[in-house]
Amino acid sequence: MLKVENLVKKYGDKYAVNDISFTVKDREVVGFLGPNGAGKTTVMNIITGYLSYTSGACTVDVYEILENPTEAKKLIGYLPDEPPLYPEMTVNEYLNFVYELKGCTLNRDKHIMEVCEVTKIVDMRQRLIGNLSKGYKQRVGIAQALIGNPKIIILDEPTVGLDPKQIIEIRNLVRSLGRDHTVILSTHVLSEVQAVCDRIIIMNKGRIVADERTDRLTELMSGTRRLSVRIKGNKKEIQEMLTGIENVTYVEASRDVTQPDGINFRIESKDGADVREAIFFACAERKLPITAMETVTSTLEDVFMNVTRENAKKKVKTK
Amino acid sequence: MTAIYKRELRSFFVTPIGYVFIAMFLAVSSFAFCMCTLLAGMEASVSSYFTFELVIMALMTPMLTMKSMAEERKQKTEQLLLTAPITLPGFVVAKFLASYTMFAVTFLVTCINFPIMFAYLSDMNLYRYNAVTALGGCIALLLIGAVFISVGLLISSLTENQMVAAIGTLTALAALLAAAIANQYIGFAPLRAFLSWLSVYSRFSNFAKGYFDIAALIYYASFAAVCIFITVRIYEKRRWS
Repeated sequence: MLKVENLVKKYGDKYAVNDISFTVKDREVVGFLGPNGAGKTTVMNIITGYLSYTSGACTVDVYEILENPTEAKKLIGYLPDEPPLYPEMTVNEYLNFVYELKGCTLNRDKHIMEVCEVTKIVDMRQRLIGNLSKGYKQRVGIAQALIGNPKIIILDEPTVGLDPKQIIEIRNLVRSLGRDHTVILSTHVLSEVQAVCDRIIIMNKGRIVADERTDRLTELMSGTRRLSVRIKGNKKEIQEMLTGIENVTYVEASRDVTQPDGINFRIESKDGADVREAIFFACAERKLPITAMETVTSTLEDVFMNVTRENAKKKVKTK
Repeated sequence: MTAIYKRELRSFFVTPIGYVFIAMFLAVSSFAFCMCTLLAGMEASVSSYFTFELVIMALMTPMLTMKSMAEERKQKTEQLLLTAPITLPGFVVAKFLASYTMFAVTFLVTCINFPIMFAYLSDMNLYRYNAVTALGGCIALLLIGAVFISVGLLISSLTENQMVAAIGTLTALAALLAAAIANQYIGFAPLRAFLSWLSVYSRFSNFAKGYFDIAALIYYASFAAVCIFITVRIYEKRRWS
């Protein structure tokens, strides 16, 4: 659906995007993740034809964005980092304008109504855009991207500046869009991509530092398995017992004052070995009740910090 | 392209700019018309009216163009237009046509003055001379309007600030007109020749004399086309750098 090859964008001598390649399949939801200034927005601006690239290629379906811009742009709906709205227009006028601008051929009133329903702005259609709240402006921005039913929808930080309820609604919307559209979204909120995306591309300093399926990425990073266990009893005794269990490499105790029903232990095991049963039987033998036990998967935060840090280290080495 | 044209035209009337422009333009033009043709004891001169009209246009067209490009950039709506399936020249030409329609329609309304005035002329020779001068002058002014608006568009595309665009356009148009005046004081012949070739005003003086100058019309049209072309290039360049 979308193919980016060796894309480079230079501003003077500075690389905003430095030799990145990736492909996005049909109906895939891809998240672009990275710190501010990583080049996410630049990549999106290039894909949508707003900016030109220095070298490389970017193909939308079968159309190269610089060679066949009009055809390529027809396939894309874009919400830039700031929604492109005219404050002096009403929502309805604006969506009608976008409909004409994109040269749509769908049934106009029906299509606009559908888009309004999907983005939940039906009641706002007669309101002036300038008078809408930030959350509604963002939705009108998304509605604009959906007009014409484009195959690819690109959303640049769609949840920035919204309240938690709105964020959840937008996420649900993105997820439902993924059913019959290809969606690319950028964010620096990690939980967002984890919640919404099939695949994550992590960018840092203009390069792709990771490109994996969401579930695989977290799995990959958790080479060691971590457990959090709460056990009632004597701290020293339990600690000795736990360290004695096979494959356990690390035990750390902490008494959480808010949890009177035991002492928390953080346990790591070798090569992801499952030690839960061993812990259970060891405790049962000594009559030490386990009040809680859970597996701690490393979060995307860990992954993200890891990848971006590694990248920085590599750079130092090559210097 | 028609979508942009329609939205742009509409935007003149949801903001006060359209109304203010039309009202001021009609009022000032009519005042100039009365001063030049109807005042008792003075020579009735269509050509001096046209000279006034030229200055009025230079002062007022920046109102139409100041926001057309600058505002889109400031509001970031430019991103919507440039990522839509339309071509860059189409976008610029739509913008130009919207401002030009505002100007041309308003200007044509002021031309109603001529038939009314001519209805009261009894001398057939005077009528013929003045009618031809009036027709030629109106056509020339319509084209000069295109020049002024294309200059305004070009300058508006260089900035995000409407005020800067307005003042910049005023300065540029004043320079275009003043070139003719400055010309009289320049000793260096080649420069003088160049300035009088460039000057919008010197070329217009033929029309004021009742002389229909096709070369001048072509010059005005090409001037506007070049400005529009440069505006397109400015947008193109911004994408690349």
